[in-house]
Amino acid sequence: MNALSLFKTRALASPQDGDGDAASPRCAPAWRAPLVMLALGLAACLLLPDQLGLLTRIFIMGLFVLSLDLVVGIAGLATLGHAAMFGVGAYAAGVFALRVMPDPLVGLAVGVLAGAVLAAATGAFLLRYQGFTFLMLTVAVAQMVLSLAHKARDWTGGDDGLSGYVMGPLLGQFQFDLEGRLAAFYALAVLVVCFYAARRLVDSPFGMAVRGIHENRARMAALGTPVYRRLWGMYAAAGALAGAAGALSAQTTAVVGLDSLSFSLSAEALVMLILGGAGRLSGALVGAAVFLVLHHTAASINPYHWLFVVGGLLMLVVLVSPAKAVAWLRNRRGGRA
Amino acid sequence: MITFSNILIDGLAYGMVLFVIAVGLSVTLGLMRFVNLSHGAFAMVGGYCVALLTRELQWSFWIAVPLAVLATGLLGALLEALVLRHLYQRKELDQVLFTIGLTFVLIASTNALVGPQVQMVQLPPSLSGSVDLGFRTLPAQRLLVIGVGLAVAVLAALTVTRTRFGIWLRAAVDHAGTASTLGIPIRRVQCLTFAAGAAMAGLGGVLGAEVMPLEPYYALKYLVLVLVVVAVGGMGSIAGSLCAAIVLGLIETASKYLASDWGSLFFFAAMALFLAWRPNGLLKR
Amino acid sequence: MSHLLELRHLDKRFGGIHVTRDVSFQLAPGDRLALIGPNGAGKTTLVNQISGVFPADSGEIWLRGENVSRLSQAQRVRAGLARTFQITTLAPHFPVQRQIELALFEREGLGGCFWRGIDSFPALQAEARALLARFGLQGQAATPTQDLAYGEQRLIEMALAMALRPQVLLLDEPMAGVPKGDGERLLAALDVLPRDLAVLIIEHDMDLVFRFASRILVLAEGAVLADGTPDEIRRDPLVRAAYLGHGEATRHA
Repeated sequence: MNALSLFKTRALASPQDGDGDAASPRCAPAWRAPLVMLALGLAACLLLPDQLGLLTRIFIMGLFVLSLDLVVGIAGLATLGHAAMFGVGAYAAGVFALRVMPDPLVGLAVGVLAGAVLAAATGAFLLRYQGFTFLMLTVAVAQMVLSLAHKARDWTGGDDGLSGYVMGPLLGQFQFDLEGRLAAFYALAVLVVCFYAARRLVDSPFGMAVRGIHENRARMAALGTPVYRRLWGMYAAAGALAGAAGALSAQTTAVVGLDSLSFSLSAEALVMLILGGAGRLSGALVGAAVFLVLHHTAASINPYHWLFVVGGLLMLVVLVSPAKAVAWLRNRRGGRA
Repeated sequence: MITFSNILIDGLAYGMVLFVIAVGLSVTLGLMRFVNLSHGAFAMVGGYCVALLTRELQWSFWIAVPLAVLATGLLGALLEALVLRHLYQRKELDQVLFTIGLTFVLIASTNALVGPQVQMVQLPPSLSGSVDLGFRTLPAQRLLVIGVGLAVAVLAALTVTRTRFGIWLRAAVDHAGTASTLGIPIRRVQCLTFAAGAAMAGLGGVLGAEVMPLEPYYALKYLVLVLVVVAVGGMGSIAGSLCAAIVLGLIETASKYLASDWGSLFFFAAMALFLAWRPNGLLKR
Repeated sequence: MSHLLELRHLDKRFGGIHVTRDVSFQLAPGDRLALIGPNGAGKTTLVNQISGVFPADSGEIWLRGENVSRLSQAQRVRAGLARTFQITTLAPHFPVQRQIELALFEREGLGGCFWRGIDSFPALQAEARALLARFGLQGQAATPTQDLAYGEQRLIEMALAMALRPQVLLLDEPMAGVPKGDGERLLAALDVLPRDLAVLIIEHDMDLVFRFASRILVLAEGAVLADGTPDEIRRDPLVRAAYLGHGEATRHA
């Protein structure tokens, strides 16, 4: 996970001042990338009106993978149980819409809260461990949540899934239409807002401390950082965003299945993150988009042949990471000039 | 009481299957610190070989199994020597992702070659019946599985503690750099160990074909169970893997018999508790 | 309590090895204590126990009148203790200035602030740049720490410890592996440490020790062999025996 681009250490003005000082490293403004995302998303929605379902899924998965990037790319904690927060957010939003009220934004808040609470509760236990042990424990926790969801059939619908709820109008005004236009804009808006929030979080002293913990835990402890507490905070924040993604999924598809808590969802999200590049936040969105578009085209041919594509891509990305490829390309161009 | 003995026998057999598949991964993880998530594919290959040899070529079960085990071992050796050894220095996450990608490709290849249907392993008549042990009659297949599991455990333990190869292996696990300066052929140790682990996994795939049906997604579906055994038992610990596999196998079987609508909750809860109590493995401190 | 740091009967075993035997000493403000001894004497282990990397088996550590024996590493840092590592421990991809800013944020209690950007603290950024300038590293502000020369990385180690404005500073072989030339900047940094700071330095370079230290503590096989001024130590027969016996005289970095 290459962090070289993390701080966008472009010098602000000229490369060197007169007295030989290097310019200070500066972060890009937090609104820039989300704005680009918004523009691209809107363009896609307007140019591809019959792919709105796919686009909505891309936005939602993009948000989920973004939340995963906070844990894996920023905090450096490899997890295979992140779907638990997604699923909990989805079921919370679905049950809320079914039994309490169908307002989308309130339901979204409920999903965010559910994801955050689960992450905070499980993180308190999980973050005492590191490495392979931590990884396996995240799997265990997620599988236990899945088993509990399966058992609580009365609430979750079990194998049949949770359905039968209809979302109310957004902001009291805009009805969810059958073509999925509102759903797409809604998901995009939530994604952009959450992306901005994540960007602010990562570029704050807290975010920088977490990145420091990722790169060298011993150094951070020697600086007085309460390591466990910081990681816990980041894990809970990631849980909140994952819960938001889950809630969006529940609200835009009007159904929640047990697959939203599955191990394969966690693994797929990890694959998407790596494809796009971890640690940069924008990579999460790129990876989700690439993966889902590929899946959409390849899987319609034969579900197994899709595995050839993604498997081969994964092996390729590991052997030749995109960051290295870009650096190599840059060197080639620089050498020629 | 009948249920209790069923749970005991089935659980023990299931645990033995998990052990036989997991032991190779545990040693590889402990020896090379290499996270090989394509290990499940070896179990799948072994099972598929036997299924195909007995069904398509009408070979005897007792010939097909050793051949399948050998073939899987060979596949493992080739994979290690040609591809995987280049990843030993990479970060854990890179290894995880590469081997997941490899698993995807193997799953897709299996489907392309043989199709997506479940492969049944035809047991010979001698294994289909029961064996009278005097105090109880037990299914022959279960007895075989338990026997093989114990044999593998004993064999592995003896190899590690009594043979020269075992000394090489332990030295290499402790400190590969120093071991190689002492003249120990590290590459050979690594490749052979990996191949042996793959072969064992193949054997496990055959033995467990009844509880873990052979189909292309096998490689990924049961990977989690194998990883759990390795994690709880402790990387590199053969005895630990055996203990973990038996205990977890019994718990999972018991919960299937007694509390089936709770799914695998107890399995994973037990796993989490064991890991939290002994993060480095059941038998290590 | 006028002592900044006090060790009382610190004891530690690793399995069968007795690495710290009943070690006691005090540090007052302004002390410059050099901890010397043969390899394997347990110097770094002692510093690890003082800074809280792992706990002692028995004994107490008092920092500024407070018993910190049960506190975590991070808590001891916040109580006024800082250390450098013998093996350079830096976040490899962080630009140098950001690494310093990290220390400053923690010192100011801002490490938990998640709503303001790291670029919106001009006073702290200025302080980071000033600290870099003091070590002659202002030209490397945007360089990732892993791209620095080894000697410069050792400087960052010290800069980070000093950024925390501690009352007690533990330096674990700051000159280790630094070529003679680069060592000049490190030595200069040592000379300008605050007057009332108590410093404990582990070093093998005897020239540096006798030039810098006001007191010397000799550790051998985990126990305190001698504790006194440089002159007293030079003349102490026990010390000479320990060093001559181990064939260990001076070691230049």
